[in-house]
Amino acid sequence: MSKRVGLEASHAAAEAARMADVDVIAAYPITPQTHIPERLAEMVADGELTAAYIPVESEHSAMSACLGAVAVGARTFTATAGPGLEYMHNVLYVASAMRLPVVMTVANRALSAPLSIWGDHSDAMAVRDTGWIQVFCQNSQEAFDMTLWAFRVGEDPSVLLPVMVHFDGFHLTHVTEPVILPEQEEVDRFLPKFHYPYALDPDKPMTLGAFAPPDIYSETKIAQEVATRKSKAVAIQGFKELGDVFGRHYHAIEPYKTEGAKTLLLTMGSFGETAKTVIDTKRNKGESVGLINLRLWRPFPFEELRQAAKGARTLIVFDRCISFGGPGGPVASEVKSALYNEKERSRVVSFIGGLGGRDMSAKDFEYVIDRGRQIAETGSEELFEAVGIRGEVTGIRG
Amino acid sequence: MKENFIKFGKNLVTTEEFLAEGHTFCTGCGEALALRLACKALGRNVMIANATGCTEVCTSPLPVTSWRVPWIHTLFENVAATASGIEAGLKILVQKAKVPEKEIRCAAVAGDGGTADIGMQALSGAFERNHDFLYLCFDNEAYMNTGIQRSGATPYGASTTTAPAGKLSIGQTTWKKNMPEIAVAHNIPYVATACPSYPFDLMNKVKKGGEVKGPAYVHIFSPCPTGWRHATDLAIEIGRLAVETGIFPLYEVENGRYRLNVARPKLKPVEEYLKTQGRFRHLLAEEIAKIQVHVDEEYAKLKAKVACFTA
Repeated sequence: MSKRVGLEASHAAAEAARMADVDVIAAYPITPQTHIPERLAEMVADGELTAAYIPVESEHSAMSACLGAVAVGARTFTATAGPGLEYMHNVLYVASAMRLPVVMTVANRALSAPLSIWGDHSDAMAVRDTGWIQVFCQNSQEAFDMTLWAFRVGEDPSVLLPVMVHFDGFHLTHVTEPVILPEQEEVDRFLPKFHYPYALDPDKPMTLGAFAPPDIYSETKIAQEVATRKSKAVAIQGFKELGDVFGRHYHAIEPYKTEGAKTLLLTMGSFGETAKTVIDTKRNKGESVGLINLRLWRPFPFEELRQAAKGARTLIVFDRCISFGGPGGPVASEVKSALYNEKERSRVVSFIGGLGGRDMSAKDFEYVIDRGRQIAETGSEELFEAVGIRGEVTGIRG
Repeated sequence: MKENFIKFGKNLVTTEEFLAEGHTFCTGCGEALALRLACKALGRNVMIANATGCTEVCTSPLPVTSWRVPWIHTLFENVAATASGIEAGLKILVQKAKVPEKEIRCAAVAGDGGTADIGMQALSGAFERNHDFLYLCFDNEAYMNTGIQRSGATPYGASTTTAPAGKLSIGQTTWKKNMPEIAVAHNIPYVATACPSYPFDLMNKVKKGGEVKGPAYVHIFSPCPTGWRHATDLAIEIGRLAVETGIFPLYEVENGRYRLNVARPKLKPVEEYLKTQGRFRHLLAEEIAKIQVHVDEEYAKLKAKVACFTA
């Protein structure tokens, strides 16, 4: 029997790694990720999990050690946040290009300067193009489920790509919520044992990570891109299998009360749950509004998004990151490019908020929707609007 | 140790080559020779992690490879961390009976830049965590692969492309970073210096380092005709001179106990070594004298450490 327990998202992710029977954990502590490696270290110390816990001296080495561990065929897990993710940036590209399926939790955190240990999506957006499969979570249950899903998808023999599971620093990592934990037997049914086909082995010597002269580099990168695109089918299959085994159903794009809605709000991560309550209130008042939760960030679910946005006059996109001097919020600009070639498309309005741990209340989302509708009608000279900034903000123009 | 290359010499050296012909090392490269010998000493049951650098680019241009043993390259600065993952991964997989038990050595290969400069943090961490692995630093005293830029391991007075000798400079103005001593400071069970001019000594040390439980570090002096500007048939002679002048003494430190492997009653003057190479050509007598003093002091310090354990 599965059981319902109170867990913070960090411990839920650690529990998922334990139930996945990870072999190697290499991690470096950084707020707000710390509860994850702490819990795993505790499990190893208490014999609840048989794994090598490598207490590396930096995030760069955390990811580098993960590469080595997967290369010998070990199921490998790590976690980081904000500046730690940036510190291993270089190594992230190697994990994906060498097809080494590491699973990593990112406890989303703002980037310095000024120093902020609190949450936003600047870290996630900075690693957008690293070739990792990336998924966002809204609550502790999802932190558990998506971690298991990450192993299932990344390690699939047809995929072999690393997977990042994003969840918001503090807003999720440190919040205790009810989580339904499955039986080990159910986990084993969902998650096959890891078999890495290119494991280093003296009986079958292989060269991994050879360098590419110009006459071959392009082919390797296009092959990687094709593999990344193809992984979407397995990612979606993974959601389906997760639903079949555990009875919780996830999708690349998750519409909420979008039926016939003229205005849609799109969010990623835990703030979507606050936004949901606003949608409920507004629907009760008879307003034509709905919500889209963008779960699968990479590979991007273009078709699913187009379907979900169909018929909506206005699509308001909420970002927790600034693309400095660029087209607005990074998610908004992705959404725009996904819809641009459609014959009939929604007007996309970009909002940025929740930076460096600032909360977004229901009232704030109410404002975002109301003001977003207004901008859609009257237009705006600004590329995006920042929520709740003190003082006048002007001159954010293309 | 079951085998001893010095006593039984060539009878024990395998004729098998684990580093295949067709690599692209420069003619007369000391590092290529040292690498080939190290591979023979390590044998077949090894996994090698390689940092970016000469060894990596000269042995692995897609779609061909020179490696007949399992080999992985990921980045420049992280080879000790990658090796940490290999070592820990393999050990836990054996413990969990996911792979059959087998004695497999884990080795990391890097140049002096990848070791003493950009890879230092990862290496220090791997030493401190006590991973059971052997780290081989092939020291050609500058970033040779990118075009002879100075590193922390470049010797005083050498002219490189980023610390060139000129009207106002003698080239490198700092003393060579003492990597073996930094390794010793981590209290790891085995540290040694080696040079391909002393092939059996080198192979012995690589073998010993591979067999020891815990981290081992072998620092290999690797003459570089391209970067040091010496004739391509001089790598062996120059390596020998480095040892005979005390510029690069051959010693090992087992569990903190120092031993000189090639002890000479009287060192040759450093000038004999310096004059073989274009990179030192600009040095005037007073600079050479300064180097002589430094080498004498360092050698005396080393001998004092050795004496602690022979008295």
